Amino acid sequence: MTEPRVDVSIERKDLGEPAAPGKRHPNTCPSCGSHYRDDELQANLRVCLQCGHHFPVPARERVAQLADADSFDEEGLDVRSSDPLDFFDLRPYAERLAEAEIETGLGEAIVIGRATLDGIPCVLSVMDFSFMGGSMGSAVGEKFVRACESAAVQGAPLISVTASGGARMQEGILSLMQLPKTVCAVEDLHDAGGTMLSVMSHPTTAGVLASFASLGDVLVAEPGALLSFTGPRVVQQTTREKLPDDFGLAESNYRFGHLDAIVSRHELRSLLARLLRLFSHAR
Amino acid sequence: MPGEAELRLRERLSRLKDLRLLGGAKVSGEIARLERDLERLKATPGGDEIWAKVQLARHEDRPYTLDYVERLLEDWIELHGDRGRADDEALVAGLGRFGGRTVALIGHQKGRDIKERQRRNFGMAYPEGYRKAMRVMQLAERHRFPVFTLVDTPGAWPGVAAEQHGQGGTLARSHAVMARLTVPIVSCIIGEGGSGGASAVALADQVLMQENAIYTVISPEGCAAILWRDAGQARKAAAAFKPDATHCLELGVIDSIVPEPDGGAQTDYDEAARLLGESLSEALVELEGVPGHDLRRSRREKFRLMGVYA
Repeated sequence: MTEPRVDVSIERKDLGEPAAPGKRHPNTCPSCGSHYRDDELQANLRVCLQCGHHFPVPARERVAQLADADSFDEEGLDVRSSDPLDFFDLRPYAERLAEAEIETGLGEAIVIGRATLDGIPCVLSVMDFSFMGGSMGSAVGEKFVRACESAAVQGAPLISVTASGGARMQEGILSLMQLPKTVCAVEDLHDAGGTMLSVMSHPTTAGVLASFASLGDVLVAEPGALLSFTGPRVVQQTTREKLPDDFGLAESNYRFGHLDAIVSRHELRSLLARLLRLFSHAR
Repeated sequence: MPGEAELRLRERLSRLKDLRLLGGAKVSGEIARLERDLERLKATPGGDEIWAKVQLARHEDRPYTLDYVERLLEDWIELHGDRGRADDEALVAGLGRFGGRTVALIGHQKGRDIKERQRRNFGMAYPEGYRKAMRVMQLAERHRFPVFTLVDTPGAWPGVAAEQHGQGGTLARSHAVMARLTVPIVSCIIGEGGSGGASAVALADQVLMQENAIYTVISPEGCAAILWRDAGQARKAAAAFKPDATHCLELGVIDSIVPEPDGGAQTDYDEAARLLGESLSEALVELEGVPGHDLRRSRREKFRLMGVYA
């Protein structure tokens, strides 16, 4: 593990003008202000060495964190989004897709494939928030369903790691239909005797929380992850309610009984390995 | 895309026509409806027409679930409570007789006056409402009652308590319960089909939609606030994401369109109910002979195919 870096937040205060919240460097901790080089953050599984804040993890990096070395065999690479509504807001949807692809190097907001974890075969379905906010359109739904089908065919458990703002508005009602679609796939997997372990990372909200992410046999979340059907800003604007400090966070969800566990990223792999072993020994 | 929708309708049409030859006189109405739907596909509405439909779907005089219940079901008995915390009046559920058989009906309910609107929370249910819905669906499953759902909600309630009671997970489980039922399910979007709060009770064998209803992933205002950063651009947002019945039919999201009286359902409740009842009855007749497990399999297969990707 790399040595913790000196907290530079004090220097930041001397800079006068604080950076606009949207402009914060992605490797600056939003919780304590510590700043890291990318390689040292990556070496610590993208967890802040000072305060333990969990940074978002790109999908391929998450796969590398969980799967045994060289065991990952990606599936569904050919599934890509199209633009059935010719959607145009301030910019065309097609342009946003192209830009997301260039920025992330991913074809979609989800990566699926077969792997082994601690030697145990499984199927991984991992979402990436940096691809259009991890939003679920037709291609994301289709790839998740294929992951379920692959898990059923191989009799291997499915591990789903979610990070999503919800349904992708640019595909209109078709993205809403990914809720029933992915739910049906999970039910098919359950009928086939399959296992689904759901890991919710920051944020897992709206349409993804209201569909497959909540239907795992076991539900775990990362510390501090926002897991709410409606985000705090919209709740406040719509209802004018005063929000509790931990509104929608994993900790609040755990307290209200919606999660089996909150697991730090350093413990995640070993917990999943233990669960995989438990679920693979029916007799 | 339109080609595909047309093919799908033509295929169902030919299947029904075979059925008629075998003496299924009851499906003639369904055939007429499919033929009309095919006609509709030739004239998809533009931005102004879509906005007019958004306004009709939200019209304050539009008939709500209980207006249809009193016109379509005999011996209606409402069932209350989620058996855990509360009775959510934004989502009503109960049993009644429809064409001689007992059915379970679940529907969002908005209010008529300020007081009732508050009591019904403008048709926006808490998790308690969806838990009541699940409970009544499971009751229907035990007793082999077909399930009708009428969808009319701006969305599931976005409040602090709703989140604490597990809104997201409850909507997920409501979808899952519907994916598991082996009794026929017919849903109709009768006003606003808003987001996960709508689809959570619309995972049906046949999804119908009234001609002036809308079915959306997010409200036009919400979409505009996020993508245009201005809720005032709702009209533009609606034109862009096309929430009207014709587009939903074209995209394969719904199975057919239920006609309304001229000018909209609010002009003549009795006629609107008659037309809805006809469609529900036709849809049910198609499903009733099918063995439960086949029904469930084809329901899941239908949703398996939803979406358009490259």
